[in-house]
Amino acid sequence: MTAAGTITETAVTLTIDGRPVEVAEGSTIHAACVEAGIDTPTLCWAENLTPVNVCRVCVVELEGSRALVPSCSRPADDGMVVQTDTARVRHSRRMVLEFLGSGVDLSQAEDLQRWMEAYGADPDRYADEDHPVERVEEPVKVQDELYIRDYSKCVLCYKCVEACGDDAQHTFAIAVAGRGFDARISTEFDVTLPDSACVYCGNCVGVCPTGALQFKSEYDLRQADEWRPEDQSVTRTVCSYCGVGCNLELHVQDERIVKVTSPADHSVTSGHLCIKGRFGWQYVHGE
Amino acid sequence: MTDIYLGADRATELEEAAVDAALRTRGVDPVVQPETERLYTSGRSRRRERRHFLLPALHALQNAVGWISPGGVNYVAEVLDVPPAEAFGVASFYDLFRTEPPDHEGDTFHVCVDAACQIAGYDDLAASVRASGAHVHFGPCLGQCERAPALFVQGCGGRPDYVPADAEPFVLPQAGNPDLRLLRRIGVADPESLEAYLAHGGYQALRRAGQMGAEAVMEAVADSGLSGRGGAAFPTGVKWRAVAAETGRPKHVVSNCDESEPGTFKDRIVMEQDPFAVIEAMTIAGLATGAANGWIYIRGEYPLATARLQGAIDAARAAGFLGEDAAGTGHDFDIAIWRGAGAYICGEETALFNSLEGFRGEPRNKPPFPTTHGLFGEPTAINNPETLLNVLDIVTDGADAYRSRGTERSPGTKLLCLSGKVGRPGLYEVPFGTTLGDLLELAGGVAGTGELQAVLMGGAAGSFVGPDSLDLRLTLEDTRTAGTTLGSGVVMAFDTSVDMTDVVVRIAEFFRDESCGQCVPCRVGAVRQHETLVQMQKRGALSPVRRELIDEMAEVMVDASICGLGHTAASAVRSALSLGLIGEAPSS
Repeated sequence: MTAAGTITETAVTLTIDGRPVEVAEGSTIHAACVEAGIDTPTLCWAENLTPVNVCRVCVVELEGSRALVPSCSRPADDGMVVQTDTARVRHSRRMVLEFLGSGVDLSQAEDLQRWMEAYGADPDRYADEDHPVERVEEPVKVQDELYIRDYSKCVLCYKCVEACGDDAQHTFAIAVAGRGFDARISTEFDVTLPDSACVYCGNCVGVCPTGALQFKSEYDLRQADEWRPEDQSVTRTVCSYCGVGCNLELHVQDERIVKVTSPADHSVTSGHLCIKGRFGWQYVHGE
Repeated sequence: MTDIYLGADRATELEEAAVDAALRTRGVDPVVQPETERLYTSGRSRRRERRHFLLPALHALQNAVGWISPGGVNYVAEVLDVPPAEAFGVASFYDLFRTEPPDHEGDTFHVCVDAACQIAGYDDLAASVRASGAHVHFGPCLGQCERAPALFVQGCGGRPDYVPADAEPFVLPQAGNPDLRLLRRIGVADPESLEAYLAHGGYQALRRAGQMGAEAVMEAVADSGLSGRGGAAFPTGVKWRAVAAETGRPKHVVSNCDESEPGTFKDRIVMEQDPFAVIEAMTIAGLATGAANGWIYIRGEYPLATARLQGAIDAARAAGFLGEDAAGTGHDFDIAIWRGAGAYICGEETALFNSLEGFRGEPRNKPPFPTTHGLFGEPTAINNPETLLNVLDIVTDGADAYRSRGTERSPGTKLLCLSGKVGRPGLYEVPFGTTLGDLLELAGGVAGTGELQAVLMGGAAGSFVGPDSLDLRLTLEDTRTAGTTLGSGVVMAFDTSVDMTDVVVRIAEFFRDESCGQCVPCRVGAVRQHETLVQMQKRGALSPVRRELIDEMAEVMVDASICGLGHTAASAVRSALSLGLIGEAPSS
């Protein structure tokens, strides 16, 4: 979680790419990069989740450290000297992006695509005609009317697990199962979501960066080739179900709500909702 | 009732009884705690109290019925207050646990396919096991490389696990050598008898440590220059001082007995043949660091070592060497054993903590380090058993006597695991500074063709050296300068008859299989590296573009992986390429 609104008395100063940057004590190197206006790719990091530092795309060079360090979780210390754009850093970031692209379908991961282009990642260079490489290929799980899971798009960033567990919902319906390249996000014994502990808050969908988790409404439109973000309006409102005051963002296309999100920096929700705010909007359309 | 959602599947009486028995032996009442009011606020703290019994409970299920069933998971989840999805995530992490009904009756015969067993012909062993009607499961190194090909039998239906080769009498190649220090009791004192241990100098070090006091013990360990023998060679004195400096929280001493580096079997032999020494040294570590809780995390494929250590703990406790005021030192210390379940990564110290705590064996990011945030997030001194064994002589004889062996920067002696094509494979103890050539001579020279092709130093995470390295002095500093490593003490010899491509492709496959999957560089890099080498093997040569790709993949694994597994996954592969052991088109 970020320390938004927290006034910290102590500040630390570190050097990033030769420039001094001052941040509050306890901030991460990544936060300092943001402060300095340095665009740092992240994948498993989110402002409303505890850093799990598994994707390694945000690595930076830290003077005195043998290996690169994940900027998303390493606290900034006074006097640190950090480089974010060396050949080593660029190489690691490029390879991480390339590795991901070589194994899963990133066609709906817009941020990743942008970074892959920026870092010159070429995910196709691993396979050749005679030797295809292993990819994550799984049928899409459509088990209910609320959201779908397409693990051939999953980069295993752990965000959904965090949101379902300690960071937001405390439902623990999903976890990482298996090991290595075969590791997958899964319910116990891969039971369907209706048979699991899932409470359909949709917070996993809210944090998914690749479209592996998708609202059914969005999925159906994409299947019909009618998903048009450029034609969508986003209206911010307050959820009408109870008195908590969760802010909603209604994504509307062709005068119909196509999905509901909440701003990650909202003081009440931190981006997370419950089943009613997330999925209970059909009455708007008189259904 | 807990507030955890459980599906409809229920455990059988047999499964419940197995789990209950496993928990009762660890002092846990397997009755579900009624939750009359909501006492907890956070998921992780809510589950903390019982979660670390998850691994023993899963072992009990696997042993009782041959797999971890949905009903079994639900029962364990309810009793231990662990969400079933997470319990399944843990069960599916380990090679010794099945999460699908077994497709065979009876026990599972694990046959090792790693280097030493590869060149000793594991196929023949597997064929003979199959011929007897048993079920074969091919898996990674079983830590019996000196008696390759290796076999481990995982019991089912309540039958215990066992290693057939353990029925043979144990022979130490250097038996009777008066220069032995760490191995001097092996084959001499009955490992199952506390009296025999005492008669051969046992518990003199702990008594001495009690007289010296914690500070003096730490000073002696620091002055001795002892460094970790698990592979990383971190100074033990520095580690202990850091733990001792922590106050106000429970502290732990963990013996990392998850020896899984292919080619390594030294800790197994020490634990099997001199278990009291490990227990005594851990007690000294507890005294020195002020830790009251001792844990042994031992790999699941070591049933004899587990039994001997448990026997030693029970005997030591009964005689007052463990427990309150252990051995009259005024310090409380006791030890519990947790068994791993088949995962190389759990030898990484922070993965080991997660595994023991009942989470997936995924390494944690460092810092923070175990000395401040170790087991259960508390200060922890985690040491390899061989490292601990050295402490006994350091305490008894002093740092100066200890430093009289070895070199200035690598004091003492080193246990080395000789395997592969040598005359007398086995465990050897030599002073640091012995040359590789002398060591191979000690082990009976190169077997097979008699002509050395390469030596694998430090295991799969280490590197190959060629026959021109026989003058290499085996010290931390000399191996580092030479660009190789002693690692966990693996010295595996390959004669000119061995197809090194097969060996190196298998090493790459090992990392592919054993990557935990948490971080991208290792999860995908280990797969792509293996695929690239398989391509090379099929083509008979490695193109310059592919050769460069291997280096590019290695660089990101070294630079950006979370832990040592990713950092070293390309090490042996690259050394084999630069030595020309693989990658060239055959000249004939």
